[in-house]
Amino acid sequence: MARPVYSEPGDRIESTRPVTVSRYRGFIRANHWVTAISLILLLLSGLAFFHPSLYFLTGLFGGGQSARWLHPIIGVVLFVSFMVMFIQLWRLNLPTPDDRKWLSQIGDVVKGNEENLPELGKYNAGQKFIFWGMTLLIVVLIVSGIMIWEQFFGDLVSIPTRRWAVLTHALAAVAIILVFILHVYAAFWTRGTLRAMTRGTVTGGWAYRHHRKWLRELAGRRQNGPAE
Amino acid sequence: MSETAPQPKTAASNPPVQPIASNLLPSDVVRISATPNVPQPTRQLEKVAKLIDVSKCIGCKACQSACIEWNDTKPEVETNVGVYENPHDLTPNMFTLMRFTEWVNPETDNLEWLIRKDGCMHCEDPGCLKACPAPGAIVQYSNGIVDFIHENCIGCGYCVTGCPFDIPRISKVDHKSYKCTLCSDRVAVGQGPACAKACPTQAIVFGTKEDMIAHANERVEDLKSRGYENAGIYDPAGVGGTHVFYVLHHADKPSIYEKLPDDPRISPVVEGWKGVTKTAGLAVMGVAAVGAAIHGIFARANKVDEHEEKEAEKLVSSGGSDDRGAV
Repeated sequence: MARPVYSEPGDRIESTRPVTVSRYRGFIRANHWVTAISLILLLLSGLAFFHPSLYFLTGLFGGGQSARWLHPIIGVVLFVSFMVMFIQLWRLNLPTPDDRKWLSQIGDVVKGNEENLPELGKYNAGQKFIFWGMTLLIVVLIVSGIMIWEQFFGDLVSIPTRRWAVLTHALAAVAIILVFILHVYAAFWTRGTLRAMTRGTVTGGWAYRHHRKWLRELAGRRQNGPAE
Repeated sequence: MSETAPQPKTAASNPPVQPIASNLLPSDVVRISATPNVPQPTRQLEKVAKLIDVSKCIGCKACQSACIEWNDTKPEVETNVGVYENPHDLTPNMFTLMRFTEWVNPETDNLEWLIRKDGCMHCEDPGCLKACPAPGAIVQYSNGIVDFIHENCIGCGYCVTGCPFDIPRISKVDHKSYKCTLCSDRVAVGQGPACAKACPTQAIVFGTKEDMIAHANERVEDLKSRGYENAGIYDPAGVGGTHVFYVLHHADKPSIYEKLPDDPRISPVVEGWKGVTKTAGLAVMGVAAVGAAIHGIFARANKVDEHEEKEAEKLVSSGGSDDRGAV
């Protein structure tokens, strides 16, 4: 069977009346939450080192010393879990011609006039931006982070390089926090989205409104029957 | 302990016989790491300095021994790899190190054996303190001493990043940063640093910065009269001057003394990181978070309506074809 264009092979219509659509299976949801919790812990411990006014956040980790050794270890956990997610999601996050049209009508996106927008596959350009933004920033953060990981990699790079690494790490951290805020905000603002990452399903209406090509492909696949 | 210790003017004086109270107090601190608006002390201690005259140094390492003894550190016994440096580098247990350079003077074709006592320079503008994220882990006293307060140190290594002289070393045992204290615990009771006290040739001397500058000028003059026309003081202005400074016979080329930086200053990268990145970054993140929260609460949400649910049912029951045709 040819690989679907707008959906993952595992996506399927779960019930028809009302329509519910399975968007993320159990493993990817669990893994997403590993990434999410790691990111939040990294954000809290990292902000403690970022600015003196936030140093009190080290208290959540049992003090400065524990926050200092935990932060990079959580970073490695995040990197690994995100890489697994990357392998699962990258294909449908590749840019398509519809993304350009969607972006050119960003005003309609913000106003919620989705009837004016092109029909979309599993992800819109905003979701793709978050995916690639996270990917890029996580790679920058893990690389610069290892360079300044005193406990195990204190001698890895020269001190001048280390200065650039620490600056890069701080800038990338600010950027990823902004992407994170956008991600959480968009998931919350677009009602009916959060359940895709909790229960794993979305309503038919949600799929019809936001990702119609995706829904249409799943409906067609269901009509033709599974291949087995 | 009724009497307060005098402020030391020399390392040569003998210790008092009676116990005396410390005269280097928490209230004498002028800068504290990761702490803005430090209340300034009511008194100004006399600025102190340690002068290292490399032209008088014989490389005996008495200073290293005295440092180890006074600070009760236990540097590892290492292997002789054919150079005089011992240990191989500054370590969390070795706060000062004689660095040896064999240099051929291109003008005279003479081999010169340059010996420099390396260690914390106690900068007037300390890069370690600027970089440190842990409140109270690094302090600077009004007499110029920069000291690490180990109970507040978290072992992140940012001081290593900030230091223009590559001095702090992080212990693999307790994950805290160590360096020369300028014997702040001795200075507190009116004594000079242990290294200065132990130096047999007075290549290391200690006193007020003013006295030390005057003494250094005499030494420079003497060296010039002996043919070292480039002799001079190394008290780098890029870091606001230092409270450990050198007399060099080749002051025009500091880097020949085992990579002593020619023009040390806090790296602009570190300044940018601790300066605009932090303030602007915090502001941008704060605005984004608060803005998103307010907008999320008050703005009209992007909701799916009943009509769309019905359309979805139609689309699914028709197997993906609707008025727009099958895909």
